[in-house]
Amino acid sequence: MAVLNMVEAIRSGLADEMARDERIMLLGQDIGVNGGVFRATDGLQERFGEERVVDMPLAEAVIVGSAVGMACSGLVPIPELQFLGFGSQAFHQIEGQVARMRFRSQGRVPMPIVIRAPFGGNVRTPELHSDAHEAKYAGAAGLKVVMPATARDAKGMLLEAIRDPDPVLFCEPLRGYRLIRDEVPEYEYTVPLGTARTAREGDDVVVVAWSAAVVVAERAAAQAAEEGISARVLDLRSLVPLDTEALREAAAACGRALVVHEATLTSGFGAEVVATIQEEAFWSLEAPIGRIAAPDTPYPIASVEGLYVPSVERVLAGIRQVVGAAP
Amino acid sequence: MDASMIAGTAGGVAEPRQLLSPDGTLPDGAAEALNDEALLSAWRMMVFSRTFDERAFSLQRQGRLGTFSPVNGEEAAVIGSSWALDPGRDWVVPQYRELPAMLRQGYDLRRALRYFVGDPAGNDMGEGVRVLPYQISLAAQIPHAVGLAWGLRHQGSDGVVLVFFGEGASSEGDAHEAMNLAGVRRAPVIFLLKNNGWAISTPVSKQTAAASLAARASGVGFPGELVDGNDLFAVHDATARAVERARAGEGPTLIEARTYRMGPHNTSDDPTRYVDPAELERRREFDPVDRVRRYLTARGLVDAASEEALRAQVEAEIDAAVADVEGGPAPGVDAVFDHVYANPPPRVIEQRAAATGEG
Repeated sequence: MAVLNMVEAIRSGLADEMARDERIMLLGQDIGVNGGVFRATDGLQERFGEERVVDMPLAEAVIVGSAVGMACSGLVPIPELQFLGFGSQAFHQIEGQVARMRFRSQGRVPMPIVIRAPFGGNVRTPELHSDAHEAKYAGAAGLKVVMPATARDAKGMLLEAIRDPDPVLFCEPLRGYRLIRDEVPEYEYTVPLGTARTAREGDDVVVVAWSAAVVVAERAAAQAAEEGISARVLDLRSLVPLDTEALREAAAACGRALVVHEATLTSGFGAEVVATIQEEAFWSLEAPIGRIAAPDTPYPIASVEGLYVPSVERVLAGIRQVVGAAP
Repeated sequence: MDASMIAGTAGGVAEPRQLLSPDGTLPDGAAEALNDEALLSAWRMMVFSRTFDERAFSLQRQGRLGTFSPVNGEEAAVIGSSWALDPGRDWVVPQYRELPAMLRQGYDLRRALRYFVGDPAGNDMGEGVRVLPYQISLAAQIPHAVGLAWGLRHQGSDGVVLVFFGEGASSEGDAHEAMNLAGVRRAPVIFLLKNNGWAISTPVSKQTAAASLAARASGVGFPGELVDGNDLFAVHDATARAVERARAGEGPTLIEARTYRMGPHNTSDDPTRYVDPAELERRREFDPVDRVRRYLTARGLVDAASEEALRAQVEAEIDAAVADVEGGPAPGVDAVFDHVYANPPPRVIEQRAAATGEG
């Protein structure tokens, strides 16, 4: 097995799938000669040609909207939003069109689109670049929303997303593109959508996270272990479909739970996780479920973003509080 | 293309191109692309459409049909343009007021009625029918048309795409983004902008300060043409030339068909609140159906008796379709869940089971 960072794993997944299926087209800003601003598509235009790796005008709505028509023509488009925060410029196409076209056309118009979108903070890009908007997409019925946290999962879930006939928003952690490195099989494999992964074993408390926040949760859990707290880390990997069974099992086994995400607290997907745990495992809970999230303020510019995005210290404090809570 | 036909290039206010004058006269050789057979089928659809508008309104008022937007006044724009397509390879991307174009492509009238009574099954255009579903979010269909046209060409087809939108939707960002991309990719798409004067109650004067919407094409690098949208021949001629260009790989065309919405926006709208009755009366003189009738009558192809017979025939067709749809099963709770996902998430599977009583 080769050790790859996340951006290499994604590039490898795109290349393998494009070689396998000539219907696949990549659409995005700066993805061709430049290979993407994060190099996720580096070398792909050279290998697959300008007709399949297409530099698009700076216009998110038509990058996504033209992919809808392209899918209708029988192709498998993979549009890239350069940053998820700018996906708001295409939200009406994603929520109102991509997510609903299969339903609206009674299954007649296929929509096997994968929208790739880097997101997340602590990389010193100004404000909207860093926004964690996953929850608003998770509310778009008809769409699947996946958020891998390892290089292995990124490739395996990307392949699964491309082959899934349903549209998928594939969120990639900006900060993890190069920092996250792990073993990626050289053989062909896929990771099913809708299955959570236990990133760290533990039985005092389960910390539920996704994407780059999993790394923060793992570090906090490692520090908690030094204090004698056994914290499990559950990497959801996918928000839609949601692995409610894994949430139930983990909450029932630990009796205490904490959710961590980069998005703002109010209406963050953490609220959905908390509601699900109380529906599935209420009678196993020994303490109120905690949430560590960004404050309900807009993403700030660089000098204070470390104070905004949930840190290892804040997650550790959250673990202590949930574990220490007693009736 | 003659430079005078590229609206906006003259710098002044362009006049819409007209072939068939309101009195029903057509210069010799002006419209060879529309032969008598095609012309008579277009006439039949015009009569059908007017009749269907009336029937649909009456059914809606009886509570038998949901919201419906009549074509009334826009028959030449919708039929003239779609009659330039080959339904065997070309696509129509509609908004919601283009039923005749959809029927011409092969969409079944019964499916249309199902849609209008509120059955989701009616939004299935049918096997092999090259039409996208109705679009409710105005202008969102325009990027789809560009991607579809580009995708067809990418796969070696010579099919073209005709997309409908109005002057209201032309204010949306999607309209600009889509036309801009079409220019860059030279996508085989025809943008048929029906300027009917009204976006519900908003007049075109409050929609834009531009004298010509066709002129917008020059800003995105392809030809635009302003035509009399109440002239079946002019709309057909402009579209046929645009189709030819698109098929030959010469890229997109924007056609502004200047027409007039003679009825309400839809069955819920009361235009007496905002339309000047004198203006409406003046516009009726330019009725696109009357204009074709005058022409066909002068040529001896149509008379009052034949039109009466045609009307009776389409009324019977509509009544039979209505009876079929009303006699069919009403959609159940499955219609809420069917086709949302190919592989539904477990939660949706559970919700469906609970809703259908199988949980």
